[in-house]
Amino acid sequence: MTLDVARVRKDFPILDRQVRDGQPLVYLDSANTSQKPRQVIEALDEFYERHNANIHRASHQLGEEATAAYEGARVKAAGFIGARDESEVVFTKNISEGINLVAYAMGNARSGRFQLGPGDEIVITEMEHHSNIVPWQLLCQRTGATLRWFGVTDDGELDLAGIGELITGRTKLVALAHQSNVLGTINPVRLIADRAHAAGALVLVDAAQSVPHMPVDVQELGADFLGFTSHKMCGPTGIGVLWGRRELLDELPPFLGGGEMIESVWMDHSTFAPPPHKFEAGTMPIAEAAGLAAAIDYLTEIGLDNIRAHEHELIGHALGALDGVDGLRVLGPADPGRRGAAISFTVDEVHPHDVSQVLDEHGVAVRAGHHCAWPLHRRYGISASTRASFYLYNTTAEVDTMVDAIRQAQRFFGGT
Amino acid sequence: MQLESLYQEVILDHYRHPHHKGLREPYDAEVHHVNPLCGDEVTLRVALKDAGGEPVIGDVSYDSLGCSISQASASVMSELIIGKTVPEAMTVADEFLRLMQSQGELEPDEAVLGDGVAFAGVAKYPARIKCALLSWMAWKDATAQSVEAQSVEAQAVEAQAIEGAPDE
Repeated sequence: MTLDVARVRKDFPILDRQVRDGQPLVYLDSANTSQKPRQVIEALDEFYERHNANIHRASHQLGEEATAAYEGARVKAAGFIGARDESEVVFTKNISEGINLVAYAMGNARSGRFQLGPGDEIVITEMEHHSNIVPWQLLCQRTGATLRWFGVTDDGELDLAGIGELITGRTKLVALAHQSNVLGTINPVRLIADRAHAAGALVLVDAAQSVPHMPVDVQELGADFLGFTSHKMCGPTGIGVLWGRRELLDELPPFLGGGEMIESVWMDHSTFAPPPHKFEAGTMPIAEAAGLAAAIDYLTEIGLDNIRAHEHELIGHALGALDGVDGLRVLGPADPGRRGAAISFTVDEVHPHDVSQVLDEHGVAVRAGHHCAWPLHRRYGISASTRASFYLYNTTAEVDTMVDAIRQAQRFFGGT
Repeated sequence: MQLESLYQEVILDHYRHPHHKGLREPYDAEVHHVNPLCGDEVTLRVALKDAGGEPVIGDVSYDSLGCSISQASASVMSELIIGKTVPEAMTVADEFLRLMQSQGELEPDEAVLGDGVAFAGVAKYPARIKCALLSWMAWKDATAQSVEAQSVEAQAVEAQAIEGAPDE
């Protein structure tokens, strides 16, 4: 079975919109946030219209239904990424909160494998999103541990040459993106995870850009923690997932304190609920969980393999078409098989903001800037880039519209 | 097409041929401002000139990295501001800020803003307003620091004069 893009597009009401004086919307900003199918929008409506109540603490029928919707979403999320069971799935606000949860909880550890101090090291990479850089910088500042990182090569791959020197007995945790949100590069997570585990370190994977687009299995990746966010995978904003191995979640100290995360509270101390609830303080995004469950159902029905294959075709088409534009330079691997659905580029003499403005005038929505990966842009000697990112609803004709609009931008700004 | 209303010819001219670009000596204060949303950067210097009354903006020079809007804005700003007294220049800056915050509803006053009126179209694009304001904010900061530095210097001179005065 292959993906029928015309049929898929009918599921996304927003794709019928016209923007900027009657231009049909060409949405190429899904790495930023994806659009939502009717099935997800309806799931949110249905939750609020029929089942809305707080979870775990209401003994009435609506409370039972809301709890079933929320906990059902956890079971679905666990199955979606190959978790051993749903107790390994912690709901968070988004992946940034998921990464911060691990970083702050590690900072709270006074003993055991999560305890950090001078001499310990955290390893990240130069291609990380700020969300997978800043929490570790803050953790190192709090604990006296040292932050180190993999560099990237000129063609946008992780530079693994120094891996033996980088991942050592001092390494406590390696945190890296499964797929770069700028370069599109899919990183060799398994290889790095094996090296990390051999050195006694843990591995946290930022899968925000991979889980929406390809089959991801936490066991195959060799991850210890893995995070992703609902809004990039056809689901609502406001909810994300942090998966962690159960024995690690058992040992990891809590992050946010509050209702629901406790076992028992006295005036001078508390004991905590078992995972995942230990990490879910306060009223959680319940309707959003129902929406995420609908998104997982939607993507599963279409098939992640089919989505990956469709995007592979779009990437190949886009790389070919962009190659024909004079003065345009694509960042990241030239081989479509090495990358996911995001393509960033620069255009000589036209700043990314100006490129994206002209594209917007043609109804083409892309992102311009440093895409929350400022160190990576510095590595390539640029301050910004334009990024087109694709999803299951995009077509090769849309890619062509974008490429035509890039040429328009060159003409518009090219005069002297 | 709306593009021409955003990218008026005046803006494109300043973008292609920026005025006062390149850092110059002497200066009283130098600042570095960035737009964290997009990574645009400007390093800007201000030199004040003593003309008897209010201090005058003797020079504005800058080095910058960014889109056509932010580059043109720095060029237009320096052109408008140099030679004005600090209070006059602040009035122009306030008027430009008002224009940017107007959501396109304000008819800009060419007598005050000169080439700055070309940025009226930018006010309709919320994502680009910060681009247009980057160098103005840097200038305000640098000017405030220059005035501060001068008053500290003046106080020091005064203090020295008092100290050096013969005892009564």
